[in-house]
Amino acid sequence: MIDKKVAVLGGSTTQDVCSLLELFLLDGGIRPQFYQSEFGQYWQDAVFPPQALCDFAPDVVFVHTSLRNLATRPAPGMAAAEVTQMLDDEMARLTQMWQALAEQFDCPVIQNNFEPPFYRLMGNRDAWDAGGLTHYVHQLNGRLYKYAAAHPSFYIHDIHYLAAEYGLSRWADPAAWHLYKYALAPAAIPAFAANLSHIILSLYGRNKKALVMDLDNTLWGGVVGDDGVEGLEIGHETPMGEVFSEFQQYVKDHRRLGVVLAVNSKNQPENALAGLAHPEGTLREEDFAVVCANWQPKDRNLAAIADALNLGVDALAFVDDNPAERELVRQAGLGAAVPEVTRPEEYIHVLDQSGFFETTVFSAEDAARADMYRQNAQRQSQQAQFADYDAFLQSLAMRGAIRPFEPLYLPRITQLTNKSNQFNLTTRRYTENELQAMAENPAFICLYGKLEDRFGDNGVVSVVAAEAEAGALHIRLWLMSCRVLKRGMEQAMMDALAARAAARGIKQLVGYYYKTAKNQMVQDFYAEFGFQKVAETPEGDSEWRLELSAYRPQNRWIKVEEA
Amino acid sequence: MTRQQVFERLNRVFQDVFDNEALAVGDATTAADVPGWDSLMHIRLMGAVEDEFDMVFDMKDVVSLQNVGEMADIIMAKGH
Repeated sequence: MIDKKVAVLGGSTTQDVCSLLELFLLDGGIRPQFYQSEFGQYWQDAVFPPQALCDFAPDVVFVHTSLRNLATRPAPGMAAAEVTQMLDDEMARLTQMWQALAEQFDCPVIQNNFEPPFYRLMGNRDAWDAGGLTHYVHQLNGRLYKYAAAHPSFYIHDIHYLAAEYGLSRWADPAAWHLYKYALAPAAIPAFAANLSHIILSLYGRNKKALVMDLDNTLWGGVVGDDGVEGLEIGHETPMGEVFSEFQQYVKDHRRLGVVLAVNSKNQPENALAGLAHPEGTLREEDFAVVCANWQPKDRNLAAIADALNLGVDALAFVDDNPAERELVRQAGLGAAVPEVTRPEEYIHVLDQSGFFETTVFSAEDAARADMYRQNAQRQSQQAQFADYDAFLQSLAMRGAIRPFEPLYLPRITQLTNKSNQFNLTTRRYTENELQAMAENPAFICLYGKLEDRFGDNGVVSVVAAEAEAGALHIRLWLMSCRVLKRGMEQAMMDALAARAAARGIKQLVGYYYKTAKNQMVQDFYAEFGFQKVAETPEGDSEWRLELSAYRPQNRWIKVEEA
Repeated sequence: MTRQQVFERLNRVFQDVFDNEALAVGDATTAADVPGWDSLMHIRLMGAVEDEFDMVFDMKDVVSLQNVGEMADIIMAKGH
């Protein structure tokens, strides 16, 4: 459970929105505290924040506005230029608010877009005529989206979609507005709060990371072990086959979001793979990071899949048409989400409504992540087959590059420096500019390490920066991605650092370990390289020294390419 | 449904909404008589009554409601 402070700046009543949002956040592992603006004071609170809001210091700001809060509205017959001016003015008012929030609070801002009007003065013409309110809302939302695309910490809460999904005539509730100043029907608030919670949960990494699929009657119609591959319903021959084809495509498309796919099926492995090779199928064996087809209980398989992917079980969503299997997994209480899928034609709808994979941040790396997990899982399964670990390392045919910082890699070096917690000796954080300055400072030796193996390229995985001072080299920064733990990369890095230090006539290496809540795994890091501990504080920080003349190269498995 | 039956069901709704089993409402009961009956709870109460009797209050009735007795009158007039 993590604590987060959510400021809700409302253009309408916000109490019940907060009450329900609290439930959904608690369910996802976030314990919220709320600040609520006085009624209708959203703009004033943002632009001239009251002391109470400043003191509250929100982690997230949610602006709960609706059509009721528009400053102006177009009218039939209005010239297009006049309407454009109106849009400009409205955007100026909103932009001033968003900028004030960004400057004052420097935290994610979530903004409702505008719902469709519940009446259409001109009927269908309202959709395209410049003077139509329906048209105006589309235009205004389009501008909101442009702002969102240009501002990374700004998120749209898509109530335009939500109102349509809920049913606009039920969503709009004039009585609730006029009596109680609710922007939407009270009965729609749970759906509203659930949708909003998805954004906040995703911002704090509480969304799901992997989709674990059953096979028979989930990804195709029929039971492959009984019906044979040719008896399965998938593809365009039958209506049911088309339903499963559409679902397979929907599941496959998740890979582009960085969602990892896995199989958890009661089947002979060869039958499972034969099903996944069905000529009409869309999903293939290589789309899945892990294929777990066996006769083990499915909850145990889920735990094994989580292990293989190095994820918590609570990061998995498990999709199975069989209610008994769903119940078994729920009863196991491992924290995996188990959506209630019953009818194949509704699978997509059920998964889509769940918000499991709400995508607030999206990077090029996300699109590649599914492959990376698959490669990792393959490495692990290889590992299981080797008699000893050395034989496994040798089989990986690892190639490394260890070089001084280069501009091309600085963004990745910066990212790694600021997010590595476990394999990180000093946990010092630096901006890109600071790292570049270090690289240009002749007193520093700065190295990054890349690692490739026969399953793929891991990219930049290690960063070291050390400062020469009076004949000794002080290691200010030493960190590595846990993706390449126990691969011998740290030995290769130490060899490279020692060689460069010796070439400069340096006699001694000085290492520092600063203890944090997360970096216990490296507390004996320097001892393992033969450093002597020379100082230790009661808090557990320590300093280590090694005479360079005593150092022998330790890299055994990585073929290192020199600069 | 008799007026007494309407009141029995209303009373259960009130007890549930205000989480108070000792609550007993009558014709003359007003918001001032029930601890916690503020504007926010009023919204929840009206929603719960509508659900219980499967009906929707007209806005004009909501704004002119004086006491629980009038609420019962409206419910009965709606065919209960």
